[in-house]
Amino acid sequence: MALSADKIDEHVVWQDVTEGLQIHEPATSKGFMTGQWRTNTPVWNKEKCKQCLLCVPYCPDSCIIAKNNKRDEFDYDHCKGCGICVKACPFGAIEMKEGQ
Amino acid sequence: MSEKGIPQRMSGNEAVAEALRQINPDVMPAFPITPSTEIPQFVSSMISNGQIDTEFIPVESEHSSMSAAIGSEAAGARTLTATSSCGLAFMWEVLYVAASNRLPILLECVNRALSGPININAEHSDSMGARDSGWLQIYAENNQEAYDNTIQAYRIAEHPDVKLPIMICQDGFITSHAVENITLLPDAPVKAFVGTYEPEHYLLKEDESMAVGPYAISPYCMEAKRAQAQGMINAKKVILEVAREFEEMSGRKYGFYEGYCLEDAEYALVAIGSVCGTIKDAIDELRAQGKKVGLLKIRVFRPFPGEEFAEALKGCKAVAILDRSEGYNSVGGPLGAEVTAAMYRAKCPAEVVNVIYGLSGRDVKVSDVERVYGKLEKLAEGVNEFGAYPYLGLRSANEADCV
Repeated sequence: MALSADKIDEHVVWQDVTEGLQIHEPATSKGFMTGQWRTNTPVWNKEKCKQCLLCVPYCPDSCIIAKNNKRDEFDYDHCKGCGICVKACPFGAIEMKEGQ
Repeated sequence: MSEKGIPQRMSGNEAVAEALRQINPDVMPAFPITPSTEIPQFVSSMISNGQIDTEFIPVESEHSSMSAAIGSEAAGARTLTATSSCGLAFMWEVLYVAASNRLPILLECVNRALSGPININAEHSDSMGARDSGWLQIYAENNQEAYDNTIQAYRIAEHPDVKLPIMICQDGFITSHAVENITLLPDAPVKAFVGTYEPEHYLLKEDESMAVGPYAISPYCMEAKRAQAQGMINAKKVILEVAREFEEMSGRKYGFYEGYCLEDAEYALVAIGSVCGTIKDAIDELRAQGKKVGLLKIRVFRPFPGEEFAEALKGCKAVAILDRSEGYNSVGGPLGAEVTAAMYRAKCPAEVVNVIYGLSGRDVKVSDVERVYGKLEKLAEGVNEFGAYPYLGLRSANEADCV
């Protein structure tokens, strides 16, 4: 029996994988923690942040989410630590720290 | 018109096109290459004449035709293409993508030599090269079988237990261009037999999101490949089921192979494709002289029904396996390797020899086949006249090379 994506892990037997490993559901990438790939981590300084939201569209992994015209903490489950947001911030409100 | 068919005369390419008219597939991306060019040409004409509503996609290469076929089939459309020789070689990378994504695409393969020397005639090096790509492969001896195999193709490939792409192969020019008698089936029963394509999952399905061809890291790939191999294993049963149903409709019987005077044969040839007609003529002549000679004509090569082949050859004293392609492995061709291995596993007592023949369209005559049977008889008596590396009809300074 082919399993849904969230039930497939490294213990699943061949009889239970989908044909061609096809995925038959939307948004399964949410369950894939690409944040584990991170070697360096962006840290948000709330004091320096002017909520200009320039970092939001620059993030290639949609890990800075704006709600009611304000950003909040990073989505560290998915942030790969590319550092683009650090370069995009005109106020020096994001810094890269070494490690996860 | 007989009860079960319409007598006609046409070439192998026309016969395939006629089957495609009856099937009316959804999409055909194709790029022309001799000797398969006529197939997309005929299909285009049928579209222009309003006989079918297939979407024809002209592409810039065979890599593109197979890539477009993959996209189309994944979208949910019944898809086919046609090619030969270097065209098939140019599809190489994406042949594997079609199979591993479990897309039941039909490929009409008109067998032609791969370069070089550059040559446009019949040889099996193209499809034999693709034998490990995960495609089903069914071969025809003549135009009738090319037509019948095409009608059965989608039923096998699209079966939920199989879900693999399928190559329907015929010999370039000898079959594809020679006009022979044929018995066609009426449209209505063919359409009912083939049915409509209703995949469970496809990209254009309105109420389902789907991802095809994901990247898989090492802990998942082996499981995916083993699951794919099961489709090939399951295909054996499905091929026979579809053949039985086809026989009910047409009166024509198909299996993994055709045995011709094989049951009591002491000396047998194993071959694929159009040469089998010539072999049957030789058998008729030799049987009239009381020689116990026979033929195992392979129809299904992928999946490889090795156990069934070996069982059919068990009573033989000597067997020659004929390859219409070089293996360039210093010992012979692919058919020789696989059939010999199957006979070894089944503990067949026969002496076995692998003979290369008919490369790049080299003619094979009844007298050539009779010579092979004569040498088989001697081989069974312990006299090997085949030489270390037998080539049928080769010109050589060393007589021991020539069969």
